[in-house]
Amino acid sequence: MAESDNIVAETAEKIFADLADAQTINSDKKGNWKAPLWKALSEAGLPLSWVPESCGGSGASLAEGFSVLSAAGRFAVAVPLAETMLAGWLLSLAKIASPEGPMTVAPASPKDRITLNADGTLSGRARDVPFAKEAKHIAVLAHGSSGLSIALVDAAGCGIEAGLNLASDPSDTVTLNNIQPVAIAPAPGQFNQSQLMLMGGVARSLQIAGSLESMLEVSVRYSNERVAFEKKISKFQAVQHNLARLAGESAAALAAATSAADAIANCKTFDDEVFLEAASAKIRCSEAAEKGSAIAHQVHGAIGFTIEHILHRYTLRALAWRDDFGSESYWAVELGKLVAARGADELWPLVASR
Amino acid sequence: MTAALRFDPIRLPPECEKLRKEVRAFLAEEIGAGTFDPHKPNREDADAREFSRRVGQRGWLGMTWPKKYGGHERSFLERYVVTEEMRVANAPTRRFFVADRQSGPVLLKYAPEHIKMDILPRICRGEVCFSIGMSEPNSGSDLFAAKTKATKTDGGWLINGTKIWTSSAHIADYMIAIFRTSPPTKENRRHGLTQFLVDMKTPGIKVNPIGQITGQFEFNEVVFTDAFMPDDHVLGEIDGAWKQATSELAYERSGPERFLETYYVLTELVRAVGSKPDTRSAEGIGRLVAQLHTMRRMSVSVAGMLQAGKEPVVEASIVKDIGTVWEQQLPHRVRDLAAFVDPDASNHETLEKQLSFAIKTAPKLTIQGGTTEVLRGIIARGLGLR
Repeated sequence: MAESDNIVAETAEKIFADLADAQTINSDKKGNWKAPLWKALSEAGLPLSWVPESCGGSGASLAEGFSVLSAAGRFAVAVPLAETMLAGWLLSLAKIASPEGPMTVAPASPKDRITLNADGTLSGRARDVPFAKEAKHIAVLAHGSSGLSIALVDAAGCGIEAGLNLASDPSDTVTLNNIQPVAIAPAPGQFNQSQLMLMGGVARSLQIAGSLESMLEVSVRYSNERVAFEKKISKFQAVQHNLARLAGESAAALAAATSAADAIANCKTFDDEVFLEAASAKIRCSEAAEKGSAIAHQVHGAIGFTIEHILHRYTLRALAWRDDFGSESYWAVELGKLVAARGADELWPLVASR
Repeated sequence: MTAALRFDPIRLPPECEKLRKEVRAFLAEEIGAGTFDPHKPNREDADAREFSRRVGQRGWLGMTWPKKYGGHERSFLERYVVTEEMRVANAPTRRFFVADRQSGPVLLKYAPEHIKMDILPRICRGEVCFSIGMSEPNSGSDLFAAKTKATKTDGGWLINGTKIWTSSAHIADYMIAIFRTSPPTKENRRHGLTQFLVDMKTPGIKVNPIGQITGQFEFNEVVFTDAFMPDDHVLGEIDGAWKQATSELAYERSGPERFLETYYVLTELVRAVGSKPDTRSAEGIGRLVAQLHTMRRMSVSVAGMLQAGKEPVVEASIVKDIGTVWEQQLPHRVRDLAAFVDPDASNHETLEKQLSFAIKTAPKLTIQGGTTEVLRGIIARGLGLR
């Protein structure tokens, strides 16, 4: 996944640099930046990266799509790019063509269930669905009497109760009351809700890792500019060591997230080893978000606590992304159960499996 | 800001997995034969000398070195697998680990040919033990404050002074040490130190054991009184050790030994909680495993970058910083969770004993081989802060 070989990631990076500059977005109180950014991303085919050309998408590889998400994290962009990518990926699993426009996925929490009723309609409630309010369509994973189905649903027909995450991005409750899907098909045999959650979790892990890279960059830059006690604060050992720890958290998040993405991109079956990779990424990246954002704020002092400064764009999003698709506490319990069920002497073989 | 950090998702190639199976079978055989007990991390009574020779016979020492010196010209990733399997099994590696990781590569780079031909094959056969003479009573992290003096004499040098905290000096055949050959200059306080190969049988060297808080005697004071070092035992440039000391650090800093030192308590905790843990135990174990997995991915990534000829110096320092802090905290986190374990669990006593040893070991992990403070200084320099 060397980025220099990855034209898809380069395209994304260029669009973000042109149209999603953090300072410009932060100063734009009316949100005028959003439409041009989404238009450019759509024209480049990025929201449907993971949809094969036969299903209306641009047919990029999983690896290429994952690197788009890393870039999206570095710019902490608040448009439903990751969500539309995930929705397109989910629909493609059931060979359902993706429509144009923003999408999201439901459920977005491991504990929520959508039911496929006997009459072919869908019912249930999904909480904390990212960007449901801005989505035209929702890709739904539903439990029916004969197994799992994947459905495309018109968002206009759903009850959507608006909510906001820590970074004030939409995080909504979606209620389906006997909704007739636009399209529906059985999910692949081995697929389950846990895999959907982990795919979403790895997307969030990459975004968190990206945002930590930016936190490190802006914090290092600021420490080399800000003068206190007659010298740059970067010259104080206490500040240097804090930034070294931030680099460590950023590095851990990057390693965990890119490794999990690579594992998913190259796996034949979603086995225990892939589960370890994906769950670990969400756990470790979430921990890094907490530790890293605390340091970034500490280095910036009061200015970083202001709405005018861009720092919160990265820190609050990294913290908010911890909550989506199962928190680190949730996945830690699941991973702990798996490790215990395999037994003590199978722990090292699992960790050392690749 | 300098270049972004990189941790490419490196996967171990198939030959590593074949090798791993061989190492596991070998270790199981050794455990079966009573060479060491994997549940006893202090490794005191293990027969380390014979074990070292058998590891050499398997071709697992000097794995990456040229064949003409007894090496095996295999990859760093293969060496990585051997190292991590030995560490996880608590194998008694103390007689060969330093020579294989550190001293051999220094000799390969700086020793004269006849010394390489003499010593390197013996390291590969597991016959010789090395120690490292860096710290002195008034020079620890501040390496370049070393005072132990090398005075030029006919055909060589006379050494006077004291090294301290020297691990394994009491069992070592050789030491690679830095001695002061000139005073530091005004422009460069790092100038004036020279690296030497020390034969520990040289007259004028006295090794005094120092007891540690774990109850072990792994490190020593080494006193030099007119100990003669022949000229051909100088390694590299006279007065220029500072140029040599930093280049191999990436290899030394990022290996699996930098986060697996107390791993055994995690295995034993998983055994103690059984197959159906309560939520608190499951959550605690899940976090620790996620952190361990991440550390290992970072460490393998650095090994892969080294194999590819890159120099991930900052990345390697980060691996050691967060790896050693993690392995230091691990016994305490396991202790937190062990408080809820059934005291009648069959391995409860083993877990208690291991925890007691690991908690006593923990403080040294962020000191040995470069303190946390030194590492964070290196990382800060890499970030462009110094």
